Amino acid sequence: MEKIGYLWNRFTSSKLCWPLAALFFVLLFNFFFTKNFFTIEIKDGHFYGVTIDILNRAAPLMLLAIGMTLVIATKGIDISVGSMIAISGAVAASLIGGKLEYVDGVKTLVTLVPMPVAILAALLVTTLLGMWNGLLVSKVGIQPIVATLILLVAGRGIAQLITQGQIITVYYKPFQFIGTGYVLGLPFSLFIVGLVFGITLYAVRKTALGMFIESIGINAVASRFAGINVSKYIFSVYAFSGLCAGLAGLIICSNVSSADGNNAGLFIELDAILAVSLGGNSLDGGRFSLVGSLIGALVIQSITTTIYALGVPPEITLVVKSVVVIIICLLQSAKFRKMVFAKWAQKRGIISEKNAAKL
Amino acid sequence: MITVVLFFALFAVGSVLYNGFFSTQVLLNMLIDNAFLIITAIGMTFVLIIGGIDISVGSVIALVCMLSAYLLEMQHLSAMIVIPAMLLMGFLFGLMQGGFIHFFDIQPFIVTLAGMFLARGLCYVISIDTIMITDPFYQFVATYRIPLPFDNFISISVIIAFALVLAALYLSNYTKFGRTAYAIGGNAQSAMLMGLPVGRTKVLVYGLSGFCSALSGVVFSFYMLSGYGLHAMGLEMDAIASAVIGGTPLTGGVGFITGTVFGVLIQGVIQTLIMFQGTLSSWWTKIAVAFLLCLFIVLQRIVVSRKERTKSIS
Amino acid sequence: MDEATLVKAKGICKTFPGVKALVNVDFELRSGEIHCLMGENGAGKSTLIKVLTGVEILDAGEIFLAGQPIAPSSPHHAQQLGISTVYQEVNLCSNLSVAENIFIGREPLRFGSIDWKEMNRRSQDLLAKMSLNIDVTQPLERYSVAIQQMVAIARALDISAKVLILDEPTSSLDAKEVEKLFGLMSKLKAEGLGIIFVTHFIEQVYAVSDRITILRNGELVGSYETANLPRVQLIAKMIGKAFEGFESSCKNAKDSNPKESRNAFLRVRGLGHKGSIHPFDLAINRGEVLGLVGLLGSGRTELARTIFGIDRADSGEIVIEGQTVAIHSPADAIQYGLAYCSENRKTEGIIENLSVRENIVLALQGKLGWMKYIPKKKQVEISNKYIQLLNIKTSGLEQNIKNLSGGNQQKVMLARWLLTEPKLLILDEPTRGIDVGAKVEIQKLILSLAETGMSVIFISSELDESLRCSSRMAVLRDRVKIAEISEEEMEEKYIMQTIAGV
Repeated sequence: MEKIGYLWNRFTSSKLCWPLAALFFVLLFNFFFTKNFFTIEIKDGHFYGVTIDILNRAAPLMLLAIGMTLVIATKGIDISVGSMIAISGAVAASLIGGKLEYVDGVKTLVTLVPMPVAILAALLVTTLLGMWNGLLVSKVGIQPIVATLILLVAGRGIAQLITQGQIITVYYKPFQFIGTGYVLGLPFSLFIVGLVFGITLYAVRKTALGMFIESIGINAVASRFAGINVSKYIFSVYAFSGLCAGLAGLIICSNVSSADGNNAGLFIELDAILAVSLGGNSLDGGRFSLVGSLIGALVIQSITTTIYALGVPPEITLVVKSVVVIIICLLQSAKFRKMVFAKWAQKRGIISEKNAAKL
Repeated sequence: MITVVLFFALFAVGSVLYNGFFSTQVLLNMLIDNAFLIITAIGMTFVLIIGGIDISVGSVIALVCMLSAYLLEMQHLSAMIVIPAMLLMGFLFGLMQGGFIHFFDIQPFIVTLAGMFLARGLCYVISIDTIMITDPFYQFVATYRIPLPFDNFISISVIIAFALVLAALYLSNYTKFGRTAYAIGGNAQSAMLMGLPVGRTKVLVYGLSGFCSALSGVVFSFYMLSGYGLHAMGLEMDAIASAVIGGTPLTGGVGFITGTVFGVLIQGVIQTLIMFQGTLSSWWTKIAVAFLLCLFIVLQRIVVSRKERTKSIS
Repeated sequence: MDEATLVKAKGICKTFPGVKALVNVDFELRSGEIHCLMGENGAGKSTLIKVLTGVEILDAGEIFLAGQPIAPSSPHHAQQLGISTVYQEVNLCSNLSVAENIFIGREPLRFGSIDWKEMNRRSQDLLAKMSLNIDVTQPLERYSVAIQQMVAIARALDISAKVLILDEPTSSLDAKEVEKLFGLMSKLKAEGLGIIFVTHFIEQVYAVSDRITILRNGELVGSYETANLPRVQLIAKMIGKAFEGFESSCKNAKDSNPKESRNAFLRVRGLGHKGSIHPFDLAINRGEVLGLVGLLGSGRTELARTIFGIDRADSGEIVIEGQTVAIHSPADAIQYGLAYCSENRKTEGIIENLSVRENIVLALQGKLGWMKYIPKKKQVEISNKYIQLLNIKTSGLEQNIKNLSGGNQQKVMLARWLLTEPKLLILDEPTRGIDVGAKVEIQKLILSLAETGMSVIFISSELDESLRCSSRMAVLRDRVKIAEISEEEMEEKYIMQTIAGV
């Protein structure tokens, strides 16, 4: 009995408590209300099921959440990632194209430019755009939301220019693999996420990067006094966010086999911010948890899929998301907590006045 | 002011390059096509003055359109009931957002983000498909052309927008509410120490923004004669861009209603230029606007940092 | 109670968590007088002002205004009672016009809308009465701080003030502007207003005040007629022990290291930063503790900041161990073996929400760069070593630093800098807000560090502390380094005279 009590305490005081609880509740809900939610079959040589679908669709969002977590941890924000997704897809699709040629007597699709080059080009472009954001924030000193607003407005226009106003379709088989392929039965996109997550986790926890980013987000002045080159790290996290957006854009483009400058990644930056917030990360910067953000992304995707699977009009998704955002923010708001919980708990004598003040 | 000069410069460029550009009707058409943006941008200007932001405006416009269409077509309510109801709803929606921002100390971006989701979501909940508006009053307003000398005309929407501009000028310059808003944007703590009603004003400003969005939604529904979930996507960014180009910085404490109007007109003139050009895709408008936005933001930043430097020397 | 008494405060007590800000303080202000309130940082001046103006509520004691008991509950309330304050930071909205700043919240109306003409006219008149003739329609930020202050005073007076409190009004003014301000103050005094003037500029105190009240460590030292209190005594009461019975306790552990100039670790020539510190020369030898002394606002912190690269010097050069170096940021300074422990540990020192361990290793990690991560095990080992060495009381390495007491937080800061094994350690008010026991520990630490060959620049407002730890002193006044005092000359009386300029 004691062991359970101890585990419970460790669980509730862990920062992952709330995101895991949220995920748990969503899954629980589905367990009761959605047919075949947890069923996994093997079809066409890979795993197939609602849960696999969630993982697959959540991949771009998870990538964005990883980049966004670091940006938010430095007390910044990046609302241009949606536009960067559109640009990434546009670059890749334009460079690959849809030429039909005769290869060995069979009409096949060939790419205008070697695929690795197209992919690298797309990633390079979005990383450079991320650096542009980083420069505006760290060197020119513009507020993050303002700086990234510029790219938000211009980004889709740039994407449209690259695609020349068309929606470019890409049926090139190797490229399609990125978003729709399977390795070891699991979606390939998950491996991309896994790789990025692995490298990032290693970088922030096995080097001093994590500590520096957290320190900068909590108190940039004191960090500078302690000898940390604050500009350098702020610049880097925006560049990294650009890179993540580029990867996400490639997956999305591959998934729908087209690059749509208008609609690709529309509003996804808001989902990313929501995912980071759901993951227990404060929007004010400081301590961060990459795992939390990933869970947050999964929660969001699960909610979307649940709503769809239930046959409820998917429009409800937005309403649900807004309610979730408000609830999280209220819980994160010290004033709200004080107003609602402290007084209630104090009256019940559960916590002393001193602890109530600390809430 | 730079914005006004810029506008006339662009108009002049257009007149030189293209036949038929230099006509009053072209100018008036810009007003007609962008009346709703002017209204939204004015509400946004007030929010920017107090140093906040409201990204829910586009979605509120869509919601108003959709809800109006629904009430008019499905419930057969009269326009006389629907229009005031929409305005009230917008106002209350704004008040609610303002309340969350002020009383719970949550960042304006997040609260209005939730508001955006909520409004857009409710829009889809009402109907996925387009609902056409066939109400006779709306049809009348949409097509009525107010004749002006020299064969020109404007729509009723422009009159509404114009009235709002006058009201906004009065509010911002001749009422305690307006001046308190400027004070809050300049230095919220000082404003509080000076005994000004900071909380009340902040909430009311967001209410005002909600009202403007609703009014803009009504005007937009005259223009589009339909309710549709994808209406006014990304409009909030256009409104913010207009205000910034019009000389209202995102840092608060400063705001120019007339500047915002010209900011909208600049977007209009760029759009018209591109239309006349014929070959460039309309997306160039967005890029041009973003470029101007960037320019103005960097300029504002330079002005601020120069001010800070001279302050520290004394 | 005297008819001329305007404000009478009796037995004022105010405690904040962990700090007794005011202990049984009495204060009296007569009408038609300029009364100076003096004391070093942490003495309680600002708390007393906050209690009088409703920013803080007193814990015990009474306040009377013109014979009536009052209890100001907010700045607004205090203003309505007739007590107005003008702060150093001029709490106005600089984006609004002068006239607006004076009248906002109570604008004259005409048919429901603001009557700008009337507002501008009345503002013009108000300022003219203060001999200030400016365009009231311009935004406040176009004008100098001196004029902004006058506007703030005009606003305060117009809301009908009986008592005007000026909190450090002259810090940003030049000599002519100060003259003008004093002229205005004399005029108001003649009209019967009671003025409380908080300042640290000794000359100004003697130029304009009628009486002086001195606070020290939250307690009242005394109230005196200005004419009857010589400068040196004033300083003694503020920062030093009483003259009688003073013993110089500085002869102890400082003989062991040679002090020849060729051992100079750091030499500074003509280093200055516009607006904060006048160009100065300085030399520090190895194993030497150089004390920087001077009153609040004399520029000691600014001097340290310029050497450490926080404020980029715009003149002069720094020579370390014979090589001229370029220090453009704290990171540069740290690479050259400098360390700076700031006096504002809350805003410039501790990283809240990070653990004690992380706070300790931060500077060293910054020095090593992001790639050379100190393994967790080593971090634990190092942190424990310093926790023991400095006797830091914490429930564990992973505890959130914000839960430690001020003194222990300060020790963590010290640990952070000692860990970088600096050759020159700059300590800015390291014992402020710390209990006596911890103070002694830190002072002993400084001396032992010097013995190992480390150079130390020690900034403190407590003169006896400086005397105890320093082997040499540099004296600053009004942002200028005015003198150096060698070991032989170090004697409290001489130092205070130098500070006072007599």
